[in-house]
Amino acid sequence: MNKLKEKIVLAKKKWEELENNREPIIFVGAASCGRAAGALELINEIGTFIKDHNIKARIIQVGCIGPCYLEPLVDIKLPGEPRVSYNNVNTKTLQVILKSHLIEGKPHVKLSIGHFGKDRYKDIPHFFELPMLKPQVRIVLRNCGLIDPEDIDHYLAVDGYQGFMNALTMKPDDVIATVRQAGLRGRGGAGFPTFRKWTVCRNAPGEQKYLICNADEGDPGAFMNRSLIESDTHAVLEGMLIAGYAIGASKGIIYIRAEYPLAIERLKNALQQMRENGLLGNNILGSNFNFDIKIKEGAGAFVCGEETALIGSIEGKRGMPRSRPPFPAIAGLFGCPTIINNVETLGTLPNILRNGAEWYTRYGKEGNRGTKTFSLVGKIRRPGLIEVQLGTPLKEIIFDIGGGVQKNFKAIQTGGPSGGCLSEEFLELPVDYESLASAGSIMGSGGLIVMDEDTCIVDVAKYFLDFTQKESCGKCVPCRVGTRHMVEILERITHGEGVPEDLLALRTLGETIKKGALCGLGQTAPNPVLTTLRYFRNEYIEHIKDRRCRATVCKDLIEFRVIKEKCTGCQSCVRVCPTGAITGPRSEPHNLDPTKCIKCRSCYEVCRYEAIAGDAIVIRSAEKKS
Amino acid sequence: MPENIDSILSQYSRTLDELIPILQDVQSEFGYIGSELVKKISRYLRISENQIYGVASFYAQFRFTAPGRNSIRVCLGTACHVRGGATLLEMLERGLEITCGETTPDGRFDLERVACLGCCALSPVVQINKNIYSRMTVTKLTELLKVYE
Ligand SMILES: Cc1cc2nc3c(=O)[nH]c(=O)nc-3n(C[C@H](O)[C@H](O)[C@H](O)COP(=O)(O)O)c2cc1C
Ligand code: FES
Repeated sequence: MNKLKEKIVLAKKKWEELENNREPIIFVGAASCGRAAGALELINEIGTFIKDHNIKARIIQVGCIGPCYLEPLVDIKLPGEPRVSYNNVNTKTLQVILKSHLIEGKPHVKLSIGHFGKDRYKDIPHFFELPMLKPQVRIVLRNCGLIDPEDIDHYLAVDGYQGFMNALTMKPDDVIATVRQAGLRGRGGAGFPTFRKWTVCRNAPGEQKYLICNADEGDPGAFMNRSLIESDTHAVLEGMLIAGYAIGASKGIIYIRAEYPLAIERLKNALQQMRENGLLGNNILGSNFNFDIKIKEGAGAFVCGEETALIGSIEGKRGMPRSRPPFPAIAGLFGCPTIINNVETLGTLPNILRNGAEWYTRYGKEGNRGTKTFSLVGKIRRPGLIEVQLGTPLKEIIFDIGGGVQKNFKAIQTGGPSGGCLSEEFLELPVDYESLASAGSIMGSGGLIVMDEDTCIVDVAKYFLDFTQKESCGKCVPCRVGTRHMVEILERITHGEGVPEDLLALRTLGETIKKGALCGLGQTAPNPVLTTLRYFRNEYIEHIKDRRCRATVCKDLIEFRVIKEKCTGCQSCVRVCPTGAITGPRSEPHNLDPTKCIKCRSCYEVCRYEAIAGDAIVIRSAEKKS
Repeated sequence: MPENIDSILSQYSRTLDELIPILQDVQSEFGYIGSELVKKISRYLRISENQIYGVASFYAQFRFTAPGRNSIRVCLGTACHVRGGATLLEMLERGLEITCGETTPDGRFDLERVACLGCCALSPVVQINKNIYSRMTVTKLTELLKVYE
């Protein structure tokens, strides 16, 4: 314990030096998302710049602060000045920013987005006062984007591992009581009270117990867990120590998707640092608590996010769920009592143990305490990773934080493929476990996908069902055969071959699968279809009766046309058309042969992006009749 | 038959829970899981080849044929879907004249779909080898392919 305390003193000093830096520091958001937006290229360029100009400066890679739409983000902190953040930096603006801020010592106000100082600073707003961030409450994400996740000293300096040290001074039962008092519910989907399953596991007989961190994050369109692991790696690991101590486990396993290479790399690095600092192994920090953590990479199967399938997968089998009971908390991995917790659940624990249960209950509302992270994506103006108190209305999330929808709002999907699609009338709905369930959807792990009028609801329902159908493990008939059947019907409808009876068939099938399926995958798979049938029935009817797709998505129901009056004859579309469907000499309106057109959208795209083009190519569907 | 399969195997204990990690290691070393390798693993873990194929074929990650020199992964996660990921895949299938899961005859590209690369806010996303390209369009992607030989 004392060795770690000494290390913390040093870490705090190191952190202070960072805050009172003598040479400029450049922070670059380099989580996966930042990298996809070009962060690594920028880091190279910054390196070259400071070398060429003989400047002494440090470059620190930080995680993701959340507003992905601002990516890549580069922050500059001069000695004695606050850290200033620049958004959507590209190689061109980078040069301007570096020249102005690093060489001339003047922040480039126009290219900046916010600062992190204590006081007002020039004409730059505070970063956390930006409209996207202001309504958010950052508990789990408190360090994301601010510390270097690969440096344990940074985490220690911001009171990292303090929660675990507090836990060590308590009896395991008291740790469980604290979590109970805090009202923490599992963030992996079902919202099951964390203390309850912990108690079962703690009291289960058995020498060997396991704690598993579920980082499978299979919801396609959600990245909260990835982002948290990449940006505040140690917080999740500290949570594992706390949970392991509480349930009496000596072995921890992180089950993580192989699609997240950077997160895996950072976990490996962090585990090494824990070992060096006596935070893993036997007699951790001089206590009699022994704990070690291993990483297991998933191999690409959505169903493996389900607890019993996940266990099967770790045991080296096909990842198929089994019926419960016995619950894993009594007989799980290799038959031993096992607790599986989501990344975010674990990431929340250090905060509760550090600040106390009472503090945590100040956030959220009765029965739904604390905060939840969401990945807010789709047709939203400000997509990104957000954290709000439970009970925040959907409207606030979509419009205040997300900045609204690109075109007209149509729907929001919560809970990924297991969730439901909610229409405009639910905008006031508070986001908590029960309210979402009452609307026919679920909280899920936290994917929020916003759709506008360019999104076809039937297509989306088909997309989700096609996804779960492919991911169905095939063990139970309702899920294996039923989802297949539903996909076939939806395909017919999107191809314009639907019949009115299909709607009833879809509902009957959906309700039967919900009742009859073995595991959570099947039991929730029909949700997207059932909710859209309920809230967007008209769109189904249009597809069936009018052969019309109002969002112009369903290929068999649309056609591409050239508006002759608008066409500038620039030939851009002629060049990109892969089938020679568009013809016409320069400067004359072009012709589009519908029999050759394969509706690939190439011409549509260039007609929008090329400056000389006149937005002349349009996509049309049949007129509304019904 | 490459020699280093034995050195991979020797790092693992002979228990069933090592099967998936072994398969992952073998695939990252050899690019795919060839039938000779399955035989070796079967002997090492003392389980049938059938059981190995049974497990391996359950998971999307494993492939049994050689990959191309460049691997294209089109994200068809939800965020990418609503922003046109499927159009990108169709364009690639047509342009490369292969379907998902295949390799071009000249071995230049193999093509696969994935469900979410975790960069949904920058959708639609395409990954080529280790690089992730965000906010893709059909036209941008066409240009991009030329970079990869
Ligand atoms: C098909 C299916 C997929 C799931 N995927 C995940 C997942 O990716 N991540 C996760 O944490 N939980 C997932 N769950 C929920 C887990 O089974 C489990 O409830 C959760 O990990 C428990 O952790 P918590 O109590 O901390 O929420 C999934 C459940 C089902 C039925
Ligand atoms: S949906 Fe494509 S990256 Fe998430």
